[in-house]
Amino acid sequence: MLHIPTWKRVLILGLIALGLLYAMPNLFYGKVEQHNDAIANMERTGVETPEDLAARAGWPDWLPSGLVNLGLDLRGGAHLLGEVHVADVYKTRLDGIWPDLRDALVAQRETVGAVRRIAGPDDQLIVEIGNADQIARAVEIARGLATPVSSIAGAGQTDLDIKGAGNRLTVQFSAAEKSATDDRTVQQSLEIIRRRIDEVGTREPTIMRQGEDRILIQVPGIGSAEELKQLIGTTAKLTFNPVVGRTTDANARASVGQIVLPSMDEPGIYYVLEANPVVTGEDLTDARPSFDQNGQPSVDFRFGPSGAKRFGAYTSSNIGQPFAIVLDDQVISAPVIRQAITTGSGQISGSMDVDGSTRLAVLLRAGALPAEMTFLEERTIGPELGQDSIDAGRLSSIIATAAVVAYMVASYGLFGVFASIAVIINVILILSVMSMIGATLTLPGIAGIVLTVGTAVDANVIIYERIREELRRGKRVVKAIDDGFGEAMSAIIDANVTSFIAAMVMFFLGSGPVKGFAVTLTIGLVTSVFTAIYLTRLMIVLWLEWRKPKELIL
Amino acid sequence: MAFRLKLVPDETHFNFFRWQWLTFGISALAMVASVIVVLVMGLNFGIDFKGGTTIRTESPTAFEVGDYRQSLNDLNLGDVAITEVFDPSFGESKHVAMIRIGTTDETGSVTPEQLNEVEAALKTVDPQIRFAAVESVGPKVSGELIMTAFYAVGAATLAIMFYIWLRFEWQFALGAVVSILHDVLLTVGIFSLLQLKFDLTTIAALLTTLGYSVNDTVVVFDRLRENLIKFKTMPLIDVMNLTVNETLSRTVMTAVTTALALGAMMIFGGDVIRGFVFAMLWGVFVGAYSTVYVAKNIVLWLGVKRDWSKPDPKETKDEVPAAFRDAP
Repeated sequence: MLHIPTWKRVLILGLIALGLLYAMPNLFYGKVEQHNDAIANMERTGVETPEDLAARAGWPDWLPSGLVNLGLDLRGGAHLLGEVHVADVYKTRLDGIWPDLRDALVAQRETVGAVRRIAGPDDQLIVEIGNADQIARAVEIARGLATPVSSIAGAGQTDLDIKGAGNRLTVQFSAAEKSATDDRTVQQSLEIIRRRIDEVGTREPTIMRQGEDRILIQVPGIGSAEELKQLIGTTAKLTFNPVVGRTTDANARASVGQIVLPSMDEPGIYYVLEANPVVTGEDLTDARPSFDQNGQPSVDFRFGPSGAKRFGAYTSSNIGQPFAIVLDDQVISAPVIRQAITTGSGQISGSMDVDGSTRLAVLLRAGALPAEMTFLEERTIGPELGQDSIDAGRLSSIIATAAVVAYMVASYGLFGVFASIAVIINVILILSVMSMIGATLTLPGIAGIVLTVGTAVDANVIIYERIREELRRGKRVVKAIDDGFGEAMSAIIDANVTSFIAAMVMFFLGSGPVKGFAVTLTIGLVTSVFTAIYLTRLMIVLWLEWRKPKELIL
Repeated sequence: MAFRLKLVPDETHFNFFRWQWLTFGISALAMVASVIVVLVMGLNFGIDFKGGTTIRTESPTAFEVGDYRQSLNDLNLGDVAITEVFDPSFGESKHVAMIRIGTTDETGSVTPEQLNEVEAALKTVDPQIRFAAVESVGPKVSGELIMTAFYAVGAATLAIMFYIWLRFEWQFALGAVVSILHDVLLTVGIFSLLQLKFDLTTIAALLTTLGYSVNDTVVVFDRLRENLIKFKTMPLIDVMNLTVNETLSRTVMTAVTTALALGAMMIFGGDVIRGFVFAMLWGVFVGAYSTVYVAKNIVLWLGVKRDWSKPDPKETKDEVPAAFRDAP
């Protein structure tokens, strides 16, 4: 055990040097952060501003620049857990199927009879046909519209589940199609949220999917969860619908294919609209904040070619008629068409302030969320509280390390010094590994590091106690140390594996801070085994070679 | 002779089993008491597990909890709890309060409008108030979190039991699990008794102490196995006593270093993390106790295979030859 070949010595010291190098940027946190931000900024914009260049020069390019990410509880920011209402999408898609189905059935009118859609639950499309005895034929026609599901889980199934009973034909999505649709909806939501947050340009947001239909969003540095919610909680579904009528009755009866929506600015006023929009937000290519002719904040938008064509065709054939601009099921305004709008651009104005128009422009540019989202969890941590926690964490880590070092040196003398060096290097290694893999440090994570300071010496304690015993049995120094290390190994391994199991479970259990704790603890376990077994042994071996002691007091 | 601080003398010959019925009785009693305390007093669940909203306020001027409560009374928020937080690091010009608002309806936490009202109401009482942290958890998530926490503790226990069974014998695994149960129950019990906030970080602390306690137990088991091989004819109870005495110094050393580190964090780490650190610190003591007085008692009662030398039946001498060493 005590013979360490040169290559191993070099490897051990090399790894530690590497660790020191990678942990170093954290000493200059502010400078390195500015350096990294400047590089990211220049990459994104493609413009090299003097400020960015100066910030980049603040830290040498050739040095590692990875930093330990600070969790929200240390940096301050907002955390949201949102649930996507995946079922919202079914209705829209069934509405999209209806015209095709109608056409297909109408083509066979002499067999199936008159075709009529009747109201039903959101995830069902119910059609009544005139000749109930021909329902089998109607089902067959409808089945002709179904296409195979492309997902792996749904192989061999079609996307529509079609049943006929009496004179009613019920169409809904099959389970396989539903799960594929849900998946797509969540992916799309994720993508759009990411775009919206990127548009605002905050640093290092975390946006990830959690479970089936949830999205976790963490944005450091943002003032409050409320602010974040306004940005991502709005669906921002923009449509332009033909107006059928105007009413003050919220329960006004609308016929099939029509909807009643409230006005945004005029309380108590409702509009009856054609449900099928002429154009939607998806046809937009650009939206930016501006001011209308009265100097009120507004949003200018521009359609893409196909949207512009449809909008032009509609406006030219409906001059003198009103049409409604609808945002998230509220009518923003319902102007009368004075002339054909063929340029493909327009303006939305209503009661909004400059912030509102800026936000709306961002939302329209980033696209609409495919489904509504509700928030299950919201957390806002102020930056001051985070800074207080960092300061308290730093102070207590230093005191904890000092106390453990003092106790180890008092107990084991020189060997205690070795163990203390190993513990300090262990903390540095934890930080360097976290910087390398970009792990996030949370307040419980700091507690995890402090705990590791206490437990990392355990391996040394096991070894030293063993050496003491061997010495007491009258073994010679080198033999006692050799046996001490050898005998202690299995206890060290077993002890760390059990802690490792607990840390793994925590990692899978945890959200945010707890996960940060599990990560820190796991890294700490690995590095502490390395420092206790390899580094301490190397130090002891070097000391043995140098002093060649005849006796050892431990 | 250089000075060496030794909390435990070199050679100890405590008979850890002399009072085994008493010590085990105390442990059993403490476990039962913990269950009763939890059933009677309940746990002070944080919003992670119960849902609701907490607001942490900071103000440079001293305030009366009563004034805060008064200002929120008219808002019809239901269950509101306000506590002042004290910490040595705050100094004269920092006064912190935690306001906790229970869930008002099915859909979950306090609405944003209510939150604005709360903030406005507090501002009229104390114009300099700042809102350092605002957190809301809906009941849907909190319900799931409770289940996850439950599964996590169960999964960790099973995984550790399996590992110990793999490395040792089933009696050891059972002993370790009973001591885990002991530690978990006593920790939950003290949280109930002192009505400390029980949230997700408490579960993390619980899992950590669970790992720590088993770690301690495993070191003793490891030595026990070694001694069982070494002293084949010695009665099991004597082998165990010898083992615990041999490892006592290490158990105490590690408990002290861990307690030193956590103690520093407990005092200087700030109030946000104090409950978490307390749970771990408590776990260290309970874990050290259960290693000495719970885990191995179970093994003693269950008995254990004495012939560990099957792979090499020639070796039957009492002094352990080098070939026998239990390499990892």
